[in-house]
Amino acid sequence: MSTQAQTRPAILVDSATHTFKVNRRNFVDPDIFEAEKEQIFNRCWIYLGHASEIPKPGDFITRKVAGRGIIFSRDSQGAVRALMNTCPHRGAQVCRESKGNSKSFQCFYHGWVFGQDGALRSQPGEASYPVDFKSRDTSRMSAPPRFDGYRDFYFVCFDPDAQSLADYLAGAKEYLDVICDQSDAGMTVVAGTQEYSIRANWKLLTENSIDGYHAATTHASYFDYLMNTTGGFVVGDPGNVGSVGLDLGNGHAVLEYPAPWGRPVARWIPAWGEQGKIEVDKKRAELTEKYGEERARRIAQLNRNLFIFPNLVVNDIMAVTIRTYYPEAPDYMVITAWALAPKEESAWARKYRLSNFLEFLGPGGFATPDDAEALEHCQRGFRNARELQWNDISKGMNKERPRHDDELQMRAFWTQWNKLLFPATAAARQSSAA
Amino acid sequence: MSTHDRSRIEDFLYFEADLLDQWRLPEWLALFTDDALYEVPCTDLPAGASPDENLFYIADDRFRLGERVKRLMKKTAHSEFPHSRTRRIVGNVRVRAREDGSLEIGSVFTTYRTKDGNTDLYFGSAVHVLQVHDDSYRIRSKRCLLDGDGLRPSGRLSILL
Repeated sequence: MSTQAQTRPAILVDSATHTFKVNRRNFVDPDIFEAEKEQIFNRCWIYLGHASEIPKPGDFITRKVAGRGIIFSRDSQGAVRALMNTCPHRGAQVCRESKGNSKSFQCFYHGWVFGQDGALRSQPGEASYPVDFKSRDTSRMSAPPRFDGYRDFYFVCFDPDAQSLADYLAGAKEYLDVICDQSDAGMTVVAGTQEYSIRANWKLLTENSIDGYHAATTHASYFDYLMNTTGGFVVGDPGNVGSVGLDLGNGHAVLEYPAPWGRPVARWIPAWGEQGKIEVDKKRAELTEKYGEERARRIAQLNRNLFIFPNLVVNDIMAVTIRTYYPEAPDYMVITAWALAPKEESAWARKYRLSNFLEFLGPGGFATPDDAEALEHCQRGFRNARELQWNDISKGMNKERPRHDDELQMRAFWTQWNKLLFPATAAARQSSAA
Repeated sequence: MSTHDRSRIEDFLYFEADLLDQWRLPEWLALFTDDALYEVPCTDLPAGASPDENLFYIADDRFRLGERVKRLMKKTAHSEFPHSRTRRIVGNVRVRAREDGSLEIGSVFTTYRTKDGNTDLYFGSAVHVLQVHDDSYRIRSKRCLLDGDGLRPSGRLSILL
């Protein structure tokens, strides 16, 4: 990294004056972009996929994860696996389909065939290789250095020495639990993948995904729509009982707050009619029986925007979405989003869930395109970063318990980001604060 | 008139495209029947997928399509304010009569969108189901099947296809 990047602070924090500022250089500097690859994407646990995407033995999907090609698959015994999608022979990408079902993977370049576990099964011209060639470690397709899952969410990590996934997830585990506990049979990713892009730095989407402050203005037209469908909903203040923003450790964060909109699990709105009321009330009663009134209320009535460092968002709002995103340049990111739903839910609930999803979320929704516009205009604003260096994310620092529409979540992200990118600076600040 | 007259149907599709290019969205909306559907599936779904069971980009009934149009006429639809400029080219029109008297129209489209110095391309095919209405047609459903790998780099479907 350039000397300038090393000597000028990336964030400015002063708790005495409730100051938390982020240098706009962090969003535009090519050196920062390169350093993030090494210090963040090569070291953190990164989301690969959900077990429900490969339900049957032999199912596989191929996915780009932190720049690498990965095969995510289920073997004949039902075990979930990950393989680096590259041939040990000459490096070609082995599997070229986005998804399918297969007992083996064949590299088309020279015809090497690999089992679901990556072991070399056969190669043309075997007689020209030593007898033990197939059993050598260097002849097989390799798993990523680390691979593990939590409640069907599977992650890879390219740092062999990284802490365990369970330790890494820290306080985020409990929120994944709350989200997954809305189903007895388990959650499933619904078919259909939203793949889109934003001409902005990837960290702007981290901030935006856990930003409870922007909704009333950025999404004014969505709230107009909501008024037309549900009626009586008060913009900007859906009540604040239980509204909170939390630092979950290791850069993860969550905001939790009462839902102003309908939730298939389980908050009814008049627009869903009588059948909807029967379904939603039944689900709510089941939750209460299983988890007790308090946790059932939390599962059913509260929204959660959960951020798992560095680039996974699981938003349990008017529907549940999994969203992951990667920088391809300092000012361009690609985003992939899925809908997550209880496996056992009725056709009615699935239909309303997906309808709910689309009215807010995704590149054709009534809200997400306006988020994208806001992020792109931040990126444009950063053209003035040489003269005007600092973003402010101090909202709520003067409170003991910041609300969901404060900015503690973003401070949690940036503190961890700074620790990973500038360990010396972060350590110095910690010791001077102590 | 012959409901199978392709040139008349082409005129109708060109008229529809022109209304969109001119951002005359309420007039465009008036082309749709009261029970109309407007759908854009994700690009990894089969052509006949149902939005009740699969995640789409857009699956509007007539009410939500009306709300979409209302939204796009407001300043607070930030992603389309100021409005982007668009140009649609429609072609390869094929007409198939359906048993209920409506017409199924297959076509292909390329749509360019320019805003803030970026020009994006949307391309794919469309299926309209048209009802013969007086001397013209009304749209009962319109499904646009995008051919790109998702929405990259166009990023969003803030315009109507």
